Amino acid sequence: MADDKLSYVRGEMIAAEQPPVSNRSVAGWLRTNLLATPKDVVLTILALALLAFTLPAIINWLIVQASWVGSDRSVCATIAQGGIQPDGWKGACWAFVHDRFQQFIFGRYPIDERWRVMLVGALFVVLLVPLMIPKLPHKTINAILLFVVFPVVAFFLLHGGYFGLPRVDTPLWGGMMVTLILSFVGIAVSFPVGILLALGRRSHMPIVKMFCVLFIEVIRGVPLIMVLFMANVMLPLFLPVGWTIDNFLRAVVGVALFASAYMAEVIRGGLQAIPKGQSEGADSLGLSYWQKMRLIVLPQAIKVVIPGIVNTFIGLFKDTSLVAIIGMYDLLNIIRLNFADTTWITPMTPLTGLVTAAIIYWIFCFGMSRYSAFMERHLDTGHKR
Amino acid sequence: MKKTLLSAAIGAAVLGIGSAASAGTLDDIKAKGFVQCGVNTGLAGFAQPDASGAWKGFDVDYCRAVAAAIFNDASKVKYSPTTAQSRFTALQSGEVDILARNTTWTISRDTALGFNFRYVNYYDGQGFMVPKSLNVKSALELSGAAVCVQSGTTTELNLADYFRTNNLQYNPVVFEKLEEVNAAYQAGRCDVYTTDQSGLYATRLALSNPDDHVILPEIISKEPLAPAVRQGDDKWLDVVSWVGYALVQAEEFGITQANIDEFKNSTNPDIKRFLGTETDTKIGTDLGLTNDWAYNVIKGVGNYGEVFERNIGQGSPLKIARGLNALWSKGGLQYAPPVR
Amino acid sequence: MTDNAVTAPPPKRETTSLIYDPKVRSIFFQVLTVVVIIVSVMWIAHNVSSNLARSNTASGYGFLNGRSGFDIGQSLIAYSSDSTYGRAILVGFLNTLLIAVTGIITATIVGFIIGIGRLSKNWLIAKLCTVYVEVFRNIPPLLVIFFWYSGVLAILPQPRDAIHGPLSTFLSNRGLTFPYPMWGEGASAIPIAFLVAIVLAIVFGFWQKKRQMATGKQLPTGWICAAIIIGLPLIAFIAAGSPLTFDYPIEGRFNLSGGGTIRPEFVALYLALSLYTAAFIAEIIRAGIKGVGKGQTEAAAALGLQPSKTTQLVVVPQAFRIIIPPLTSQYLNLTKNSSLGVAIGFPELFSTGSTTLNQTGQAIEMISIMLTIYLTISIVTSLFMNWFNAKMALVER
Repeated sequence: MADDKLSYVRGEMIAAEQPPVSNRSVAGWLRTNLLATPKDVVLTILALALLAFTLPAIINWLIVQASWVGSDRSVCATIAQGGIQPDGWKGACWAFVHDRFQQFIFGRYPIDERWRVMLVGALFVVLLVPLMIPKLPHKTINAILLFVVFPVVAFFLLHGGYFGLPRVDTPLWGGMMVTLILSFVGIAVSFPVGILLALGRRSHMPIVKMFCVLFIEVIRGVPLIMVLFMANVMLPLFLPVGWTIDNFLRAVVGVALFASAYMAEVIRGGLQAIPKGQSEGADSLGLSYWQKMRLIVLPQAIKVVIPGIVNTFIGLFKDTSLVAIIGMYDLLNIIRLNFADTTWITPMTPLTGLVTAAIIYWIFCFGMSRYSAFMERHLDTGHKR
Repeated sequence: MKKTLLSAAIGAAVLGIGSAASAGTLDDIKAKGFVQCGVNTGLAGFAQPDASGAWKGFDVDYCRAVAAAIFNDASKVKYSPTTAQSRFTALQSGEVDILARNTTWTISRDTALGFNFRYVNYYDGQGFMVPKSLNVKSALELSGAAVCVQSGTTTELNLADYFRTNNLQYNPVVFEKLEEVNAAYQAGRCDVYTTDQSGLYATRLALSNPDDHVILPEIISKEPLAPAVRQGDDKWLDVVSWVGYALVQAEEFGITQANIDEFKNSTNPDIKRFLGTETDTKIGTDLGLTNDWAYNVIKGVGNYGEVFERNIGQGSPLKIARGLNALWSKGGLQYAPPVR
Repeated sequence: MTDNAVTAPPPKRETTSLIYDPKVRSIFFQVLTVVVIIVSVMWIAHNVSSNLARSNTASGYGFLNGRSGFDIGQSLIAYSSDSTYGRAILVGFLNTLLIAVTGIITATIVGFIIGIGRLSKNWLIAKLCTVYVEVFRNIPPLLVIFFWYSGVLAILPQPRDAIHGPLSTFLSNRGLTFPYPMWGEGASAIPIAFLVAIVLAIVFGFWQKKRQMATGKQLPTGWICAAIIIGLPLIAFIAAGSPLTFDYPIEGRFNLSGGGTIRPEFVALYLALSLYTAAFIAEIIRAGIKGVGKGQTEAAAALGLQPSKTTQLVVVPQAFRIIIPPLTSQYLNLTKNSSLGVAIGFPELFSTGSTTLNQTGQAIEMISIMLTIYLTISIVTSLFMNWFNAKMALVER
């Protein structure tokens, strides 16, 4: 064919050119990302200096100098302080964390009964993991099991007093277990209550609306300590003589109410983002108010505000540390309790304990935020405006 | 019409709930089957759960003694741990029946707060602890010092008054919780630690090097630590006071948990009255209890001396001397009115 | 109200039953809400009064005039144990404001730097800022406070070995002690001069804007305003005959006496809250700047604006519109979190309030006072920020 003779069109593709040397080598990467302008050079040098100053000290403290094994304070104290370490020694006291780790998890829960806590923990994981993996089926049953059946089972297992299980009163609960229970209940309660409050705030009934606005704004206007303090100090006065509410339950109520108000505002943001047409469309189909909300509006609204919801959960998880103020021993407080324990009292104990607490909190919160990012991508149906 | 019905219904509901608990505290306790006792959230020697979760301590044993007097079973107590802030409302609201939480008996608590105190289970006084290295011999040398103290206590008020009357300057470092005060003193945030002397001994024990700290001789206040009940229920006040006096009286008689059964056959009329073995005695029933109430108390927890030594005295790590809490016959203040 | 709702429903079509009428239902639900609220409020009020009556507790706000009897470590106003409970609460309130104001300023500055840093093209800076944000966002503020407090206490020396700084300052674990300025006679001229200077600076700002509109010429407004605001009080100071002496700290037996002291509790709380909140503010700033369309920057560049002018005149004003609402809530969070100072013994509102509560036993009164103060702070801040927000939006369009 004549086509073959046409010399102004290339017959075959030529191989792609390598990018310019300046973009491809390590030096190129360095140039574009670290040394692009004189200002960048200065900043990079400053940042490197900062790292050189802090990182070795941190690693040294955390790992190199750290004391890993031991059964009492001597392994973490210098000779002058009555220990075995050389003078001027500074390092993390991981031996302390190792020795007290059980207590960090269970608080003062009786040692013989701790299998109950572990069983509850195992149940929780077994129910939570399938719920978190989007591909697995039976989400409704799973959710009912986790949010309705599980709390009841967990209560009977943890508190005991029935079915031959010895009673373990809530003042003995402590540590990670309390932090997780408070967060779980807080999340499980604040989500539905938050939805109701948000709907109430957008309702056309002036009195309902006013009540919701008042509740949300008052709770959001005061610190959580204040709410917990009220629950702890005032609640007994609000109840008739002889009625008592467990201290632990008071903290749960305080935390849940607080989170509900914040949740309501987040969900309200989502509701506002849904165009009016959706709601009107549902009306024209003859759906009732609750059908409309359940099937049309809320699923869309909640999807929009997933990051906000997870941020509220993270906030709630962090805020559980405040129950220390009303005399409960959550993770942070039980760790701090050990700082005054003669067995482990050294200058390095507080810092080690606080770093441990920070790591545990960080893992949970960071995990939640990563999971929310994953869900956001998963649920993204491309309708973002 | 409906309006009146409605308000009547509300009224009835409110009244109905209100009248549910108008009987005396003692009767309520007998009905529910246990004593609800307000204790400290955790103070070594006075009230603290042990490793197995059982509450132990001086105040706890007092609660157990009350339960023993009512039910002949020292274990029929439920404990409500209370913070310094929540203790008063816990009692005011009826959440607890007795508050045995090293609470100082003061006139304002007796009147304005609406509590009643009578029996003092521990006579304490506020003192100071300083590091030896400061070389302080008397509290009067403390001008300019930073003082660690727990907020919201009588300690805080006594401190202010003491330094003011003696024209001394000081710098208060105040924390809500005892553990935080301890930690701050340990970290050298302050030069002086002040609290009740019993607390000082307990705290010194918890320091990394107890011998480096010295407790100054001055006692700047009277701190009678007494169980508190609500005002207006004299019968209940009688019970809780006399349980305390029974502990003291038993020590005076030399009756202990171990040897009490030997005393049952005693011919001494005082002891017979005390143990309720006298015929036709009405001492116990007049109190609203059984006649062998004192026997049950001692059998359940031991006498005052035993309770003291076991929890805070020589039998405990605190090793607090009896001091003011010795019997009156041994130069102390513990004195029981006659059981007659 | 009940009568009307039930007996006189608005006449409607026969086909729909009464319970399907949205109006009737709405009234029914509202009446139900009101009844439930009234009953529970009455019930609670009854319980409270019977509880208090039973224990003969005194009530009322009269106790606020009583002598407090306790001392407070740090106070912005004169206070001693002879002062009243009311004054103790005021001391706490002022300390809360102090922490809030200083914390908000620092958190905004740090947050702004970190937020911009995360957007930097410099890989190392961006990563460092990301690490900062991710670390602080995921740790409870209380933990950060404890961390700073034990850190501060662990590192700083005892007062006897205090570090001597310049200008007679001393740094120890009792805090930073510095010479305290004592104002003499005629010192009141200085704040007056300061106020006058601010007014002058504002007037100058307006004038210079008008001039720029008319002639297109710019003056270094910032520098001139700064000169006015600093210079005028300085002139007043010299004119009044330098009425300033210093109270120097002297080493006492235990501590340094005299001078002013910034206590470690304040430093720990201030640093913790500033750095914690800065992580959130950084994220808000970043989102705000990213929220300004790329076209805006490109258009500014096409107009020939320098990058710095682009940021100043195009990006920041638009980003502000996105930033202000969440920034407000962070400011409020910081203010509310200042109540955590109670954990390390910083005498802020919650701390002095709960001490007062404990000394007087007036739970309901004290809690209502604290509640009111916190709510007022919240509402005032929200109103101000809403006003500011509205103003920004107007300037924008």
